[in-house]
Amino acid sequence: MNYHSKKLLKLNLAPWRMATVGSLLLAGLAVVAGRAFYLQGINTDYLQGKGDAVANRNLTLPAHRGQVSDRNGQLLAISTPVESLWARPDELKLSDGERAQLARVLGMSTQELTKTLARKTHGEFSVRRPVTPEQAVKIATMGVPGLYLRREFRRYYPAGEVAAHVVGFTNVDDLGQEGVERAYQDWLAGREGQRHIQRDRRGNTIRDLAPIQTAQMGGNLALSLDLNIQYLAHRELAAAIVALKAKGGSVVVLDAKTGEILALANQPIFNPNNRRNYKPGPMRNRAVIDTFEPGSTIKPFVAAAVLERGLYRPDSVIDTPETWRVGAKLVRDSHPHPQLTVSEIIQKSSNVGAVKLAMSLTPQQYWEVLHRSGFGQLPGSGFPGETAGRLRDAATWKPIEHATMAYGYGLSVSLLQLTRAYMAFANDGEVMPLSFLKREPQEIAGERVFSPGVARKVRAMLETVTQEGGTGMLTQVPGYRVAGKTGTAHKVVDGRYAPDIFLSSFVGMAPASNPRLIIGVVIDEPSGGVYYGGSTAGPVFAQVMAASLRQLAVPPDAPETATRMTQNTPAVVARAGGGA
Amino acid sequence: MSRLNAILVLALVACALAVIQSQHRSRTYFVELERLKKQAHGLDEQWGKLQLEQGTWANPARVDTLARTRLGLIAPPHDRVRVETLVSAP
Repeated sequence: MNYHSKKLLKLNLAPWRMATVGSLLLAGLAVVAGRAFYLQGINTDYLQGKGDAVANRNLTLPAHRGQVSDRNGQLLAISTPVESLWARPDELKLSDGERAQLARVLGMSTQELTKTLARKTHGEFSVRRPVTPEQAVKIATMGVPGLYLRREFRRYYPAGEVAAHVVGFTNVDDLGQEGVERAYQDWLAGREGQRHIQRDRRGNTIRDLAPIQTAQMGGNLALSLDLNIQYLAHRELAAAIVALKAKGGSVVVLDAKTGEILALANQPIFNPNNRRNYKPGPMRNRAVIDTFEPGSTIKPFVAAAVLERGLYRPDSVIDTPETWRVGAKLVRDSHPHPQLTVSEIIQKSSNVGAVKLAMSLTPQQYWEVLHRSGFGQLPGSGFPGETAGRLRDAATWKPIEHATMAYGYGLSVSLLQLTRAYMAFANDGEVMPLSFLKREPQEIAGERVFSPGVARKVRAMLETVTQEGGTGMLTQVPGYRVAGKTGTAHKVVDGRYAPDIFLSSFVGMAPASNPRLIIGVVIDEPSGGVYYGGSTAGPVFAQVMAASLRQLAVPPDAPETATRMTQNTPAVVARAGGGA
Repeated sequence: MSRLNAILVLALVACALAVIQSQHRSRTYFVELERLKKQAHGLDEQWGKLQLEQGTWANPARVDTLARTRLGLIAPPHDRVRVETLVSAP
């Protein structure tokens, strides 16, 4: 049978129609093939990138800042993760309702929020650092595009204001701003790590695409502070400042054997946990940064200088008239005694006596003793901003300056520096380097300032200060022998010494038989009527010393003065020894 | 000859399956490791928070106040303190 013979089946098409349909089909195929070639061959990076973006992630491994603790492991500073709210203005889409809700959650007015969010137009910025965990949950459930929570570490100071001046604080970016936080920034700071990973559909990490750069955690730091003693110093100083209506004050407690700073308290104080309302004044660590004219607390160094050169003995008698003329200046004693021994000059704090002792030395000799004791030099505690005080070169001294230097005017010191210098008397002539960090006793070598004999003789003189007839009778500590020196210095106001504005101080040590602690106290401008160092700074010293010695369980060395060695004790008294 | 080929094919299939199996195990273990690392990290953070909490509770100022007010403790007056020297036992 022939198809062509059938009329109905005869294909009656023009050839151009066949060609058109065929080429259309081919063109369609070519488009699909071309697209496939474009995607797979030419534009492959783009698609590969999209795929990787879904599966691959760059993770930042967080590193937290090291902890700071006291010598017994009590925490002073710790970093803990918190959420903070960030915004990307490019992606931010916030309806009016959401805006009002967000403002309510953050506890701010809608206008304020609008202003905060309009701070930048691109990039990203923080809206609130940190937010509370409750706020974080609420914000996360709102799911506003362009607003996101970021996990950050925030620094907390459990001891609060008690150790604030030593520990210092960090800013919002976790950089140390003051104190130990600043001095040991490099050690405390951690270094973030990086990780390049691949994830599966459910968000699990499947494998590492590159070697992990591990995060370097910040190092921990154990300070020399003893939080218990620090608290005692803080409490007693705060009480004294209120009672004496003083402007400020400082207490430094040193370990006489190792030079470690066991406590350092200042008034006024600040709270390092509250980052708002920062004022620079209360944040200053006065004991380290501020200088003052030491007044009579310098006199033991005069005595040490003359003893050392063999010019006098502790019982040499010196005429001490009420006034004594040096050049045009009249040196005056407020409680005159016609004759005093060297030891009594220290005990009664005679200006005339001290001047006569100092004038028996050349300026160079006296300067050399002061210089050796650390005046005019950095105390070396490593604390940021510590001051060297001022001690002018002996060649420039006029005779009157030589004289006033004998009772503590014309040079300036910091409390830390002065307390450190007394370590020479406490530690048989050897001064240990200061430290804010806890250290082992074998690590350190001291610096010899006086011979052991001279140091012990001066210490014996200092002990008479706290006994009957001395200027520091309010510094007695029951059960212990105490040695120390009072100081009451006029402050300079408008270039001249104000007759009624004082800076009172006391530096002392106990137990005097073998000192364990040195405590320096300064009270700035006591205005409650009492101003002598012995009756303002002295009682603070006695309170802190008594409590600290009990804290450290130092055995009493006073022979039966106030401590009863009882035979028939009441039953309520604990039988534990040492009074710890 | 064909028998050897058959054995080789079987061995090949077995090896392929073993590779799949071990690949799967490695992924499971890796996921497990990641989970545990995350847990360790979480515990670390919790430890820090607990330390902070303990530090806050043990703050000397707080202990001082509580001892004085709630417990009514006082420092013993000096005539009530007895000092004993420890003598080491023979």
